[in-house]
Amino acid sequence: MTMARPAEAGRWPSTLPNDPGVDLSGLTLAERILSVKAGRRVRAGEVVVVPVDQVMMVDSIAPSALRIVEDELGGVIQHPERVSVVVDHVAPASNVEVATTQKRVRTVAKAKGLRLFDVGRGICHQVLMEEGLARPGWVVVGSDSHSTTYGAVCAFGTGMGATDIALAMVAGRTWFRVPETVRVRLTGQRPPDVSAKDVALEIVHRLTADGATYASIEILGAEAFGPGERITLANLAVEAGAKVGLVAPDEELRRRYQVPSWLTVDDAAEVATTIVIDLTQLGPVLSVPFQVDNVQPVREHLGVHVDQVFVGTCTNGRLEDLHQVARVLQGRRVADGTRLLVIPASSQVLQDALADGTIATLVAAGASIGVPGCGPCMGRHMGVLAPGEVCVSTSNRNFMGRMGSPEARIYLASPAVAAATAAAGVVALPDEGVPA
Amino acid sequence: MSESAASSANRVWRFGDAVNTDDILPGKYAPFMVGEDVFQSYAFAHLRPEFAGEVRPGDVLVGGRNWGLGSSREYAPQALKLLGVGAIVARSFARIHYRNLLNLGIPAFTAPGLVDALDDGDRVRLELDRGRIVRFSDDGAEESLALPPVPDFLQEVLSEGSVLAFFKKHGRFPGEAPQDASG
Repeated sequence: MTMARPAEAGRWPSTLPNDPGVDLSGLTLAERILSVKAGRRVRAGEVVVVPVDQVMMVDSIAPSALRIVEDELGGVIQHPERVSVVVDHVAPASNVEVATTQKRVRTVAKAKGLRLFDVGRGICHQVLMEEGLARPGWVVVGSDSHSTTYGAVCAFGTGMGATDIALAMVAGRTWFRVPETVRVRLTGQRPPDVSAKDVALEIVHRLTADGATYASIEILGAEAFGPGERITLANLAVEAGAKVGLVAPDEELRRRYQVPSWLTVDDAAEVATTIVIDLTQLGPVLSVPFQVDNVQPVREHLGVHVDQVFVGTCTNGRLEDLHQVARVLQGRRVADGTRLLVIPASSQVLQDALADGTIATLVAAGASIGVPGCGPCMGRHMGVLAPGEVCVSTSNRNFMGRMGSPEARIYLASPAVAAATAAAGVVALPDEGVPA
Repeated sequence: MSESAASSANRVWRFGDAVNTDDILPGKYAPFMVGEDVFQSYAFAHLRPEFAGEVRPGDVLVGGRNWGLGSSREYAPQALKLLGVGAIVARSFARIHYRNLLNLGIPAFTAPGLVDALDDGDRVRLELDRGRIVRFSDDGAEESLALPPVPDFLQEVLSEGSVLAFFKKHGRFPGEAPQDASG
């Protein structure tokens, strides 16, 4: 499958005007994006209807959304080129019911001229990021709650259900309540053993699972975080209840994307709350069952037996994550009595990890490599858990029954901690000197 | 209130804080995996296995903080709708789920006071048009519990039944100016 690449300059071009056309002074990032899109100055609390730049739907939701389009809304999709369908949640199909549904989705997607990313291309959010289908200042709605991911490049990305997705496809626009902003300011230098996952979980811990409900989380001070790490930060914003998680645009973003000049943080903007996180005070953490905001230091859980380690998902299945795992497992073996499952987030990640030897290292250590996609994250296939089993996972939810049996326990962790745990067979920290 | 009327009343199902979408409908029981005609029978399969078999149309669900956190899966509230759930009362709702409830036309009330007042197994009658829940006590007495008013935007939606119905009828979203021909 060919993959889109940025234009020759190495940057994805912008489709947005550099002149916002409205007064944006004193507005937050979310208010700026929605004001420009609405063509009028809007503030938190107002309801706006705005055009949508990209609609994304996954295999588990596409059947319902497309049925609503057909049966209820006349069947005409306004901008088919702005709709992506990704077969990732149960890919490849696990049973006849799923296979039949996916077959129907493929047929409809083709007939309507929608962009289809089929089995093996990867996880929806990762694929859209790789394909340049989320860009700074865009409004991207996805049929998956982790659509906050697009905030990594300061796109207004948010999750919705099948009805909203169907309406967005047919109308080419959607409604939003303009969110208040919760500002998260990262300060200080991150210690070498602290990963973006640890920082993201700390944000969720500090805000709690509903601390940013309906709000936009504006993340400042992430300049030292790489592109993939920013995805992890934005991805987990929804675990604090947020509508979007916008990483403040900076030079690093401008190297990769053309960024409209108005898309900047306004220090004078009115925000609901600001929290400051001193990165120097953080250490490796786990999110302990059964709530994502139940975040505790890894050292408090050392020695807990682990049956399965899962590295992957839209949160932590990228090349840099696999590199962390390979670095920890180099020359080591997965412990007896523990399974290590590694599922690259996309075919591009898989290709890159094959090319640089990462996959060989992981396989030599005893890892099973899965087809790029969501894997067992939501308990449907490819590694679901039995009653009583414990899993350390780089994914994003540890809810009861999330990965199979309601009597299984899921601890969320960084890739480095997951790898050290796989080697030890019990919850473990990487050796000193192995950066997260 | 006669004894027979009270016994034919609906019941309250009380849940705790942070009831998530995997609690409401576990991912492995999604309609595209188990069939669109049976998935609702797995509602609360882990958290409260007796629920799907015993719930009756018009029953009221009461939750704590952050009801519906987690996934955007609309089939979670869809399952509740198919089972006939009359309303959900909670201290607070998660964003995507609240929007899904609205889209499906399931009345959802943010009402901490009502959450405190209602107990699991209470016999009630939901009277949405009168903005109240009537509770029956063991001795047959009736108690009226007021539901909070619905915000204007939501009222506009609910007047047509759902956002989808509103859009079909008006060709625009609630609160939106009428569209020109170019859409």
